[in-house]
Amino acid sequence: MSKPFAITLDTGSSLVNLTGSWRSKRPVFADHMPPCNIACPAGENIQQWLYHAEEGNYHLAWQEIMKHNPLPAIMGRACYHTCEGECNRAKLDETVGIHAVERFLGDLAIDNNWRVKITVPRSGKKVMVIGSGPGGLSAAYHLTLLGHAVTLFEAAPKAGGLMRYGIPRYRLPRKVLNAEVDRIERMGVEFKLNTPVRDIVGVMEDEGFDVVFAAIGAQLPRQIDIPTDDSVHMYDAIHMLRSIELEEEFPDIGDKVVIYGGGNVAVDAARSAVRLGAKEVSIVYRRSRDKMPAHSFEIKEAVEEGVELNCLRVVRKVENGNIQVEQMVLTDTNKPFPTGQMENIKADTLILALGQLVDADCCLSSVPGVGVLQGNVQVDKAMCTGNEKIFAGGDLVPCERTITVAVGHGKKAAHYIDAYLRETEYQPKPKSPTATYEKLNTWYFSDAPKTVQPILNLIRRQSGFEEVLGNLDEDNALFEARRCLSCGNCFECDNCYGACPDNAIDKLGSGKRFKVNYDYCKGCGLCATECPCGAIDIVNETI
Amino acid sequence: MGQEQKVKFYQKGTYTVGNRLLNVKERSVQASMDRSNSLTCGHRACQGCGEALGARYAIDAAMRASRNQVIAVNATGCLEVFTTPYPETSWQMPWLHSLFGNAAAVATGVAAAMRVKGRTEVRTIAQGGDGGTTDIGFGCLSGMFERNDDVLYICYDNEGYMNTGVQRSSATPPTARTATTPVVGPEPGNVFGTGKNMPMLAMAHKIPYVATANVAALHDLEAKVTKAMHIKGARYIHIFVPCPLGWGSKPEETIHVARLAIKCGIFPLFEAEYGKVTSTVPIREQIPVDDYLKIQKRFSHLFKKGREEREKIAAIQAMADENIEYFNLLNKEGGS
Amino acid sequence: MLKQIEGSQAVAETIGLCRPEVICAYPITPQTHIVEGLGALVRKGTITNCEYINVESEFAALSVAIGASAGGARSYTATASQGLLFMAEAVYNASGLGLPIVMTIGNRAIGAPINIWNDHSDSMSMRDSGWIQLYAETNQEAMDLHIQAFRIAEEVGCPVMVCMDGFILTHAYERVDLPRQEQVDAFLPPYEPMQVLDPSDPVSIGAMVGPEAFAEVRYLAHYKQMRALERIPEISAEFRDRFGRDSGGLVHTYKTEDADTIVVALGSVNGTIKDVVDEMRLDGKTIGSLSICSFRPFPLERLREVLSPAKQIIVIEKNLAVGMGGILSANIRMALRGLVQPVTTCIAGLGGRPITKKSLHEMFEKTMADEIEDTHFLDLDWEIIRRELDREKADRRSGPIAENILKDIGKRLEE
Repeated sequence: MSKPFAITLDTGSSLVNLTGSWRSKRPVFADHMPPCNIACPAGENIQQWLYHAEEGNYHLAWQEIMKHNPLPAIMGRACYHTCEGECNRAKLDETVGIHAVERFLGDLAIDNNWRVKITVPRSGKKVMVIGSGPGGLSAAYHLTLLGHAVTLFEAAPKAGGLMRYGIPRYRLPRKVLNAEVDRIERMGVEFKLNTPVRDIVGVMEDEGFDVVFAAIGAQLPRQIDIPTDDSVHMYDAIHMLRSIELEEEFPDIGDKVVIYGGGNVAVDAARSAVRLGAKEVSIVYRRSRDKMPAHSFEIKEAVEEGVELNCLRVVRKVENGNIQVEQMVLTDTNKPFPTGQMENIKADTLILALGQLVDADCCLSSVPGVGVLQGNVQVDKAMCTGNEKIFAGGDLVPCERTITVAVGHGKKAAHYIDAYLRETEYQPKPKSPTATYEKLNTWYFSDAPKTVQPILNLIRRQSGFEEVLGNLDEDNALFEARRCLSCGNCFECDNCYGACPDNAIDKLGSGKRFKVNYDYCKGCGLCATECPCGAIDIVNETI
Repeated sequence: MGQEQKVKFYQKGTYTVGNRLLNVKERSVQASMDRSNSLTCGHRACQGCGEALGARYAIDAAMRASRNQVIAVNATGCLEVFTTPYPETSWQMPWLHSLFGNAAAVATGVAAAMRVKGRTEVRTIAQGGDGGTTDIGFGCLSGMFERNDDVLYICYDNEGYMNTGVQRSSATPPTARTATTPVVGPEPGNVFGTGKNMPMLAMAHKIPYVATANVAALHDLEAKVTKAMHIKGARYIHIFVPCPLGWGSKPEETIHVARLAIKCGIFPLFEAEYGKVTSTVPIREQIPVDDYLKIQKRFSHLFKKGREEREKIAAIQAMADENIEYFNLLNKEGGS
Repeated sequence: MLKQIEGSQAVAETIGLCRPEVICAYPITPQTHIVEGLGALVRKGTITNCEYINVESEFAALSVAIGASAGGARSYTATASQGLLFMAEAVYNASGLGLPIVMTIGNRAIGAPINIWNDHSDSMSMRDSGWIQLYAETNQEAMDLHIQAFRIAEEVGCPVMVCMDGFILTHAYERVDLPRQEQVDAFLPPYEPMQVLDPSDPVSIGAMVGPEAFAEVRYLAHYKQMRALERIPEISAEFRDRFGRDSGGLVHTYKTEDADTIVVALGSVNGTIKDVVDEMRLDGKTIGSLSICSFRPFPLERLREVLSPAKQIIVIEKNLAVGMGGILSANIRMALRGLVQPVTTCIAGLGGRPITKKSLHEMFEKTMADEIEDTHFLDLDWEIIRRELDREKADRRSGPIAENILKDIGKRLEE
């Protein structure tokens, strides 16, 4: 075609006009820290594994979890999912059921016998881990992945620590616990059960360990003095739970049981009492219900199972088959204040659940360099005690005592131990800024409530130790995973690619995300505004 | 196990451009790596131009629907000027610009040529801004409609003559400041009781298809263009495209502004066939018109501190409410 | 085939023989019968493979033709007078885009006052629009020019107006020789566009061109018409070979070889002029006439060649450049620049006023006797003008001129 000069032009010839020179600001793709990740004491990259899960790529999702947490099936059940407390989606409709998806993945891994590959060559170093609770198992797992030989010392007959002896079966079935412990054992971790360690230094020297990670759980009940005429049986909650697990002969708790305390162990004890056949179970707690340290959903489920709450009450004495409690009021500063008003609660058994202590003195206080303060072992940011060969974590060190924190400590310590053993320095990844709700463009996410885990009917729950919360089926798990807002991280929704009026975002293909074509980007910022997950920053151009 | 989920399958990115979780067929044309980019890089539209966006959305969808057998006729205006200044064109498709007021007629001619040449697979689109559509091009457009010529006419409505420096058109809303409706005197900005409702006028011609669309509702926009491309005869799609320059909105908020126009009801999304409304897109989260107006400087005189023009805002709200009622925009089925 | 038919019908049938593919129709007197005729031919199936589109205005008519032409179809429309002005923007656009549309102008005056009768004000208003303008002397030539117009337009890449005097030609029943389809097909090959809208080879047509290239684009348009200046006589010659008659070309001369006085005009008035020339030749006057067929491109060289031997030039023109005089004569003077012959402008036939042999004869005689001022208005009723001017002098609000004049004429008739 002979084209008339200037009037008729060849298509797409404007590509020579590099409009990028108009720009005073530029968009930059970023990976911001989702609040769930920040809130996860185990340091799971939740957003990332949900990303895989929502594609139905469960194995990859599970592997992503396993980078940080070796116990997904357990954590999906027993972790109190602080991640969900921070989930941005709660501001839109309801939090994403992260734990449920984690549990689904964990169970899938157990069902399919998924294993973790160790790719690092053996280092020849030997690590001694004390305690097979979540902290010890986590450390053992990560150290094994890092190439070290790990021996795990456990005083109890079975591995699992407080996961086994503190968490009732209806919350954590033992086959799940066993499976995940078993997976770690099959990685090559040597378990020494029924082997309490008294003399750490001695064992180290005798067996040639290069370093120690101590992760003993808080198993000692906090004691208080309650005047009693012994007309009511008194037990510690932690002993009760342990006895149930060991199927030891446990004294008849009778029909009327009072639990004293407001934490998770108190609730576990109360719900266990229901399952042991008690007719009237009540919890006495000195502050108001909303101040109970136990998780509200646990309390809710307990109440559904018939547990009564007696809040703003303090136990004063036990007399004539009655527990005498004093009513409290909350002061302006939310402190409970005694009113002098007394009540009696008829009871057969009083179970004390006033917190646990760790038995740090048992093996650590005598070790040179290790500092123990108020029952806690003092560690630095590398989880190292004053003795460079001795690291500690979990309930032993000052922290919130949860299994997730312990798993996180185990992982963190493993990295520092690895660095110590290899005489290098461990550099944790720098933390990106938080992907706050305000950074999201939630218009692109529609409302959908959290898939409710099927709850076993109350009758079944009250009469045994069957697992209370059912698992998600695959449809629901996929659905739930897909509710993730992918805060701060690109999920390849193509919005930037579509919203650019200048076609200046290049799509690189599935899994490869996008690239800004700065030759044409005019810096309007539409891509950043329309990014649903706040994964594009706009920064000033410097000339 | 478990009870039936009584919600639709809403998930991450239900409304995003693409969604890797959807089947490829269900993703938008804009999500595709091989979209035609009918309007490509290097054009000279302002930063955050809604019209550049709307045009690419619409034409790419049309290209997809017709397997790239599209010829476009463009009225004079921003879209024409920023895409084809000699010696560069941003179009990657056959494209013709003739005059400001004759796009519909020129397209009629193109369609006639294709018919007479036996190129029945080639579809003709005419496009223009609101000035080229509702004002100067109205005669030709009405003629094209009336003859039921086989042309899809797309109006990119940015509510004024932006190319010439923001003057009033018959699509400019009341109270809006333009260079020819300045904010002075007893009735600042554009006056109430004026203007044309072009989609309704198109419907009055009883043509096979009329639809409104919005750059903030891409899936809906593409579906409408695709549908239109499969219909013979005269078709009209009216696309709402904010103009950061003319409206005094932030370039990065172009889609946001467009979205608020949907949410407050001032720009209803609907389809009509042969003069009858056949579908509407319900409002997902209703907002007052204030939210929409406030972020545009052309309406800033309504919100002066201590001197808010509540009556005028209420009158605009009444316009939105009328739309909501007429098109039943608050029914709960679906939503965008 | 010889036929005794109306000029419009003859043109319509000829257009049909040119195998138009898109015809845009909008009525305006005196062109209407052409598009009516074409409509009937399309409906009857005489013209096949053609889209006949009833549009809503002349602006749309030419716009549709623009689209059709850019789409690769042979496109035709017709208009006149106000209609041409209403499509003016598209007229310039069609030529600017180089689209070979053919359009018939049934020449008619432009209002106000509204007047449906013949003069050349309409096509003259578009003389610089970039279109080729061919003026027909007879109905036969009007027909023949259309056949040539498609050929020229499509070869050169430029639209062509064929101008034929309203009523005088469009509505006159004359004997014409209608060509056969094979003859036309042999002369006019199918349209092969220079540029076309085609999805398989996309281009952008109609770019915005700034100062950096606009002058060049305009020059190229000029160059095209200069090329047409060469092709028009060649095509006319080819036409003569095939159809056996002289039609078209740049100019027609009549007894100019020895003429001291040459009368120049456009269109049908040349018939009357030729009669007057014959009369005056009988009186021994060395007078001849020249009919310009191609007004755009304007054949400066050819005109200079024919006119320079004459001593005196008279230009009869059916238009008035108000405030200046004659348009055609200004162009003629351009052809004769540097030469000394007087060129007398005679404005005649405005708004359909008959141009009589008698008036022309008188005017030529007087001019040759140097008794006429330039610019001359043929048969102007000075009495009426004086009355109106007096009235205006006496009373600022003297009323509408046209009405006043009609009253004056009525009074005179009573007297």
